[in-house]
Amino acid sequence: MTEHSMNATAMERKLTMTLDGQPVGFSEGETIYQVAQRAQKNVPTLCYDERLEAFGACRLCVVEVEGVKAPVASCTTKVTPGMIVRSGSPTIEKYRKTLLELVVSENREVDVNPLRGFASQELTTLVDRYGARTGRFKGKKSGTSNKSDDNPFILRDYDLCISCYRCVRVCAEQEGDYAISMMNRGFSTQITTEFNGRLKDSDCTFCGQCVQTCPTGALADKKALRAADLPGEVTKTRTICPYCGVGCSVDLLTKGDRLVGVQPAMDGPANGGALCIKGQFAFDFVQHEDRLKKPLLRQADGSFKETDWDTALDIAAAGFRRALEQHGRRSIYGIASGRAPHEAAYSMQKFIRAGFGTHYIDNCSRA
Amino acid sequence: MSNPLADMAKPDVIFCIGTNMTECHPVAATGLKKAMARGAKLIVADPRRIRLAELADVYLPIRVGSDVALLLAMAHVIDREGLANHEFIEARTAGWEEFRQHLKAFTPEWAAKICEVPAKDIESAALCYGRGKPGAIYYTLGITEHICGVDNVQSLCNLALMTGNLGVEGGGINPMRGQNNIQGCGDCGAETFVFPGSVPITDEAARDKFAAAYHRPDLDLGHAMTKVTGLQECGKSIRAMLIDGENTVISDPDKNHCEHALKALDHLVVIDIFMTETAQLAHVVLPATAWAETDGVACNTERRVQRLRAAVPPAGDSRPDWWIIAQIAKRLGIPGFDFQSPADVFNELCSLSPTYGGLDWDRVSRESLNWPVPTKDHPGTPILHVDNFTNGRGKFMRLGYRDPAEVVDAQFPVWLTTGRRLQSYHTRTQTGRSSGIDYLLSEESLEVNPEDAVAWGFQDGDWATVSSRRGSVKIKVRATDRSPRGTVFASFSFADVPVNNLTGSGYDPATHTAELKVCAVRIERATN
Repeated sequence: MTEHSMNATAMERKLTMTLDGQPVGFSEGETIYQVAQRAQKNVPTLCYDERLEAFGACRLCVVEVEGVKAPVASCTTKVTPGMIVRSGSPTIEKYRKTLLELVVSENREVDVNPLRGFASQELTTLVDRYGARTGRFKGKKSGTSNKSDDNPFILRDYDLCISCYRCVRVCAEQEGDYAISMMNRGFSTQITTEFNGRLKDSDCTFCGQCVQTCPTGALADKKALRAADLPGEVTKTRTICPYCGVGCSVDLLTKGDRLVGVQPAMDGPANGGALCIKGQFAFDFVQHEDRLKKPLLRQADGSFKETDWDTALDIAAAGFRRALEQHGRRSIYGIASGRAPHEAAYSMQKFIRAGFGTHYIDNCSRA
Repeated sequence: MSNPLADMAKPDVIFCIGTNMTECHPVAATGLKKAMARGAKLIVADPRRIRLAELADVYLPIRVGSDVALLLAMAHVIDREGLANHEFIEARTAGWEEFRQHLKAFTPEWAAKICEVPAKDIESAALCYGRGKPGAIYYTLGITEHICGVDNVQSLCNLALMTGNLGVEGGGINPMRGQNNIQGCGDCGAETFVFPGSVPITDEAARDKFAAAYHRPDLDLGHAMTKVTGLQECGKSIRAMLIDGENTVISDPDKNHCEHALKALDHLVVIDIFMTETAQLAHVVLPATAWAETDGVACNTERRVQRLRAAVPPAGDSRPDWWIIAQIAKRLGIPGFDFQSPADVFNELCSLSPTYGGLDWDRVSRESLNWPVPTKDHPGTPILHVDNFTNGRGKFMRLGYRDPAEVVDAQFPVWLTTGRRLQSYHTRTQTGRSSGIDYLLSEESLEVNPEDAVAWGFQDGDWATVSSRRGSVKIKVRATDRSPRGTVFASFSFADVPVNNLTGSGYDPATHTAELKVCAVRIERATN
C-alpha cells in the first residue's frame, strides 16, 4: 500500500491523531513510531529493526503524549484516535541527547568501519546528529569482547555492545534459530550463546543476520573487515545471490576493483533482508587465484596450454564444424548452466537450435 | 512455484516433503518458521530426521522412495473423512469419480507397510493437510530425483486439487529450485523439451516461429534428447559437445559412466570459471566471467525475474558466456549472433517468449516481476492457476506405487540417499574456494544411525568403504540419529568422496531425472 492510499484509507475510517500540530491518519494497530516515520519525523532509534517486534529498550524514540506525564516509547505505543503527540520538543531532544551520551560512555569507540555491518553506522550517525560526543559520563564500561571465538565470520566485539538485543531478537524472530541470548544484568549484561561458548558449538548457522542488524558494529563481518585497510570508499552494487533458487537480493561491497563483502538488501523482494551462510560469506571465490584467466588448449600429453581468444575460438569452432561435416547435425550436443544468467542459457539453446536445427540442448535440472 | 515466497507466511498448514529447506533454501525456511510462530501447523515427510522434522507437528520418517504410497493413502483419508473440496473439484477438475474409486484400495494400513511409518501418523498428516485453509505444499529434489519423480509430483497435484489448494493465496504446490537460475535456464528454452517460454517443441506453430526467427527451416518438430541420453550417446552418435558452467562429472549420477562418456567425444569445449573436474576432460577450456563480474538476468524459484549486476572487472581475460557462445556461433556461420550487449540477448529472448513478452532489459532493471508477464503493462503473475489451469481442467491422475529401481537385498542391504548440506554448495567449486567455509565443514561423512554403527562395528570417525553395483567410495562414518536405521546419507559436494560413484540406479522414464535419492549399498570397514 502506498503512503497516500494508506493515509486515505485511514482517513476514510476517520482514524486520526495529531502529530506535531498536524492531523494525521493512521491504521488500526499502528504504533506512534510507525505513524511518525510515515510523516518523516525522523524519530531516532537504536533498538528498532522494522522486521522485528518492537522492543522498547533504547528509549531514544520517546515522544510526548498529551495527558501522559512521562515520555512514552513511540515504538511500543499504539496510536489511539484523537491522540496528541509531540515527536521532538526541545525537552525530548535534550532527553535523547543525554541518553546518547550515556550510551556512548560505555563503549570503547564510536566510529566504526562501515564494513562491520549494514547497520553499524547507526550509533555514530545519531551521536553526531545530537552532538553527543561530550564525554560527560566517562566511567564504567559494559560488555566484554569475546576474543576466544575462533570462527572466521563473526567478530564478537562486545565492548561496543549497547544491549539493544537486536541480535538476539533477529536470531529468534527472523531466523527461528535461538542461538544467542543474554546473561546477567546492568553493567554485566553480556550477549552470549548457551554455555557462553563459541558460536560454532551453538545453534548458530552463521547467517550473519546478527551482524547486519547490530547498530554499533559490536558484531561485525570479519571477512569484510579484512579489507579495512584497503584504500578507497566502499561502493555498493545491488544484485542477486549466486547460490540457491530463492534469489535473495544483496548489495556487493567493493573497494576499487576488489569484492570485499556482501550485505543483504533489506528491501529484497525474496528475502526481506535475510541471508544464509553461503550468500553472506561465500563470495570470495570470485577473485580466487584459481580463476581461469586465459583460454586453454589441451596438449597431446594431456596438459593445458594458455592461448589467445582468437586461436581458442577458432579451434573450438573447428571441432564442431568437423563433427557436423563428418557425422551430421545430430552429432552435436549442448549443456547449459543453471548457474549462469539468462543470456548464457538463451545463447546456448540458440546455438544448438539455430546452428543445427535440433533440440539437443539440456541443463542440469535432471541431476 | 505456483505461489510466491511471500505466501509462505499465509497458510495455516504447510506440508514439506522431500525438502531439507533449512539447509538447502535457508532463507525460504525463515518464512516457514515465521508462519509456525504465528500458529501454522507443519507436516514433514522425509526419511531423515532433518531440522524441519524436529520442528514438525506431524513427522513421517518414510522409507526412501515410498512417497507415492504415502500420498495415495493421504488422499484416501481426505476423501473418506469428507475433507475433499467438492465445489473446487466440480468447477476446476476432471476425473474425480474415477480417482475416487481408484483411491479405495490405498488405505493408511496398506501404505504403512510400504512407508514403514504407523498408519495413524499417515491419518494425522492427511487430516491436518485436509483441514488446512489454505494448505501449502513445498517440495524439492526429494520428490523429483526418483524413477517415479513424475508420479510423486502428480500425487502432490492430486492432493492439492482435491482440497482446492491451487490458485489460492497461501496455498499451492511449490517446488523449491536448487540453483540461482535453473528456473531461468528452462525459461530460456535451454532444455530439450521446450522452446523459450516453456512452449513444447512438439508445437507446430512454435516450431515455425523459431524456424523463421533462427533462419533454420529444417528445425526439428519434436525429437528431444535429454542430457542422460546425450551422455549415453557420447562417442556413438554424439561426437562434439559444448558444456557451459556445469561440473557434470561430479554432479551427475554414475561418475564412472559420465567420465567415460565425455572422454569418448571427439571434441569437448567447456566454458567455466574454474578448472573443474569436467573442464579437465575438455579439448578447449574457455574462461567465463563470474557472478559479480557479469551483467545479466536471473529468475528465482517463484518465477521472479531479477537483474544481476557486475560490480568488479572480469578476472584476467575472461568473457561473458553469451559473448563466448556468440563468437563460436559466428565462426560456424550461424546467423543471429551479432549481440553487442547482454541487453541485446535478453531483449531477443523477451521478443520470442510468450511468458516474457512484457519484459525487456530496461523494465527488468527497474522492477522485478513474476512471470508470466505477457504485455508491457502487465503487473506480473505471483499466483498461477487463479482462474483456470493452463490445459483447462486440473486432471486427477490415477497412479500406483512402484519400488525404486534398486531395492535393498542380501548383497546390498542398506539404503543410500544423497543430498546437500548448509555450508557447501553442490560440487564446492565456489564454496570450497570461499575462505572460512572449511572451518565449519571440511570433509564429507556418511551419516549412519548410532545403532547401525554399533551393529556394523563402526565408531564415530572410522573409515568405511561404501559400494553399490556401480562403484565404491571411502568415507568417514558419522553416527547420528538424523539417519534412520538401515538408511545412510552423504552429500555429493566433495570431489575426494565422489558419492555419485554409487548413484545412478535408474531414471524417471518421462523426464530422465536420475534416482539420486535412492540406491542400495553395502558398507564395509575400509582397509588402509
